[in-house]
Amino acid sequence: MSEERMPILETMHLGISFGGLHAVQDFNLKLYPGELVGLIGPNGAGKTTVFNLLTGVYEPTEGTVVLDGVPLNGKKTYQFVEAGIARTFQNIRLFHDMTVIENVKVACTKDIRYNLVDSIFRTKKYWQAEQEATDHAMELLEICGLADKADVVSANLPYGQQRKLEIARALATNMKVLLLDEPAAGMNPTETAELLEVINTIRDRFGVAILLIEHDMSLVMNVCERIQVIDYGQTIACGLPDEIANNPRVIAAYLGE
Amino acid sequence: MKHTQTKKRYLINFLALIVVFAVITLMGQLGGGTMKLKIAPSIWQCSYLIIMAASLNLVLGYLGQLSLGHCGFMAVGAYAAALISLAFQRAGFYTDKAGPAFLLVLLISIIVAGIAAALLGLLVGIPALRLKGDYLAIITLGFGMIIVNVINNLPFCGQQGLSQGSASSALYANGLGFSNDQKMQYLWLAALVVILCMTVMFMFVRSKYGRAIRAIRDNEIAAAASGINVSYYKVLTFTISAFFAGITGALYACCNAALATSSFAFTNGSILNSVFIVVMVVVGGMGSLTGSVIAAVVLFLLNYTIKNGAWVTALPSLLQNVFTYPMLVYSIALIIVIMFRPKGIMGSREFALCDIPRWPGWIRGYFTSRAANKAAKKEAKVHE
Repeated sequence: MSEERMPILETMHLGISFGGLHAVQDFNLKLYPGELVGLIGPNGAGKTTVFNLLTGVYEPTEGTVVLDGVPLNGKKTYQFVEAGIARTFQNIRLFHDMTVIENVKVACTKDIRYNLVDSIFRTKKYWQAEQEATDHAMELLEICGLADKADVVSANLPYGQQRKLEIARALATNMKVLLLDEPAAGMNPTETAELLEVINTIRDRFGVAILLIEHDMSLVMNVCERIQVIDYGQTIACGLPDEIANNPRVIAAYLGE
Repeated sequence: MKHTQTKKRYLINFLALIVVFAVITLMGQLGGGTMKLKIAPSIWQCSYLIIMAASLNLVLGYLGQLSLGHCGFMAVGAYAAALISLAFQRAGFYTDKAGPAFLLVLLISIIVAGIAAALLGLLVGIPALRLKGDYLAIITLGFGMIIVNVINNLPFCGQQGLSQGSASSALYANGLGFSNDQKMQYLWLAALVVILCMTVMFMFVRSKYGRAIRAIRDNEIAAAASGINVSYYKVLTFTISAFFAGITGALYACCNAALATSSFAFTNGSILNSVFIVVMVVVGGMGSLTGSVIAAVVLFLLNYTIKNGAWVTALPSLLQNVFTYPMLVYSIALIIVIMFRPKGIMGSREFALCDIPRWPGWIRGYFTSRAANKAAKKEAKVHE
């Protein structure tokens, strides 16, 4: 790893307590552009809490999140997204009554530059911006293999494709960092393989940094360049996949001593 | 491409709206006894009910927030419009209710009514929309009651001031309140206001704004994680909805000889009641503006026939007794709609002229899917 590179996302001593419970403590992470880092840990270790801290859902009680040199303290979720952090959810959260392409276009909203007057009078600006958003959305759907389902209501998609749609929607925010929360949960091996392909395509084409929570160890060990393990809110190990697989503390956390 | 198709649809709808406008204007010019005494007042009533239902649909159907104080905004609009017209009259801006000066006052009062209600909507929306679900319903319900009481206790718009009786400031004699002749004369205005309001709402809903608020309805957390400023869009929608409710207030002030806050109150048993407007939205279909139009007209007609229909007297006396409680009839109608069309008459679909050729296919599809469902159920029973 070259040391002169600037990390795109950096957390410093990030922590949150709910009353007396220290859900996450002293979480330090450096994410470089184009990197794919895995975040693993047993159930209830605080992985999703870390994601919620990184997207402004929770406000950290200590520490800071720095994106591209800019600290994001006290910002709201949509401002985190504007800054360039996008995420997917562990339990799928689609806009279920809207079509697939509308789902993606919602995430384009912040980049669509027309105002209320333009939309009421249907000015040229409106048509142009809508056309651009549609084209952009179709492009992303193609990457995720959903182009032929653009006009399907998203609730009617099969499970695996709903997961992919969540990724497409996250991509539409033009992010610098993508957080994937168990993207392969509940998928069969074929779907997992397809997902792997999608993740690789995203990394190659957009050059974004990806932070991945996953329980499917074969997936994590295959794609991640580095892995960080947390347990009871504390980082217990950090390093290359091989190191992690043989780390006694990690094994103890997963299997007991 | 896709957009040329959309533009073609807009053109067809635009032409259709011109035809509707022309027909209603012509109706106002032709006149006739029934026309003057029954149809014109009905069109005026429908005009404000339609905008009322559609504007509440923005909040309830598209944004997914239950607001029970919508008539409060209408009351604000009605009083704002009435006071403005009276102020102009006192200033000697117009003397008769036929000239162009009065028309100008009419337009000004309609717009000011909308703006007044929108400002109030903004004021109420900013704190209220932090709440969700039942709590928002309670706070908006409370707001609807507060506004009625506040208006009642303001010296310049108390119950006495704007009613027909008191000579100097009577709405009917000097302000907006229309006689039947004027309802005929300005029938085109009612049609125009409805068409303009519905068009603006439709354009709002079919833009990035509409997409954003539907996303908030479907999943607020995911909407925020997609870069939507949830509280901004909520307050914006609430304000726009209040704006149109204010405009309906101005229309209400036009077609009523007197204004009394009791007609906007929650305890009001007539058709103008915040809960009844909610019923209209639900019956029409949450998330369908054309559904709201249909439901408003249908429920108005139901209300009208119950009150004035000769057929009620032909019923056996036991049934007639039921019809003396119109609210009972509405609730039965609501139950029937919920049983057979749980998503309302239109669901979240819109009525579109261009879709009419495709109707036979849809109807066939509806029955085949129903038949398939029934067959599947039968089979399941056999297996049990």
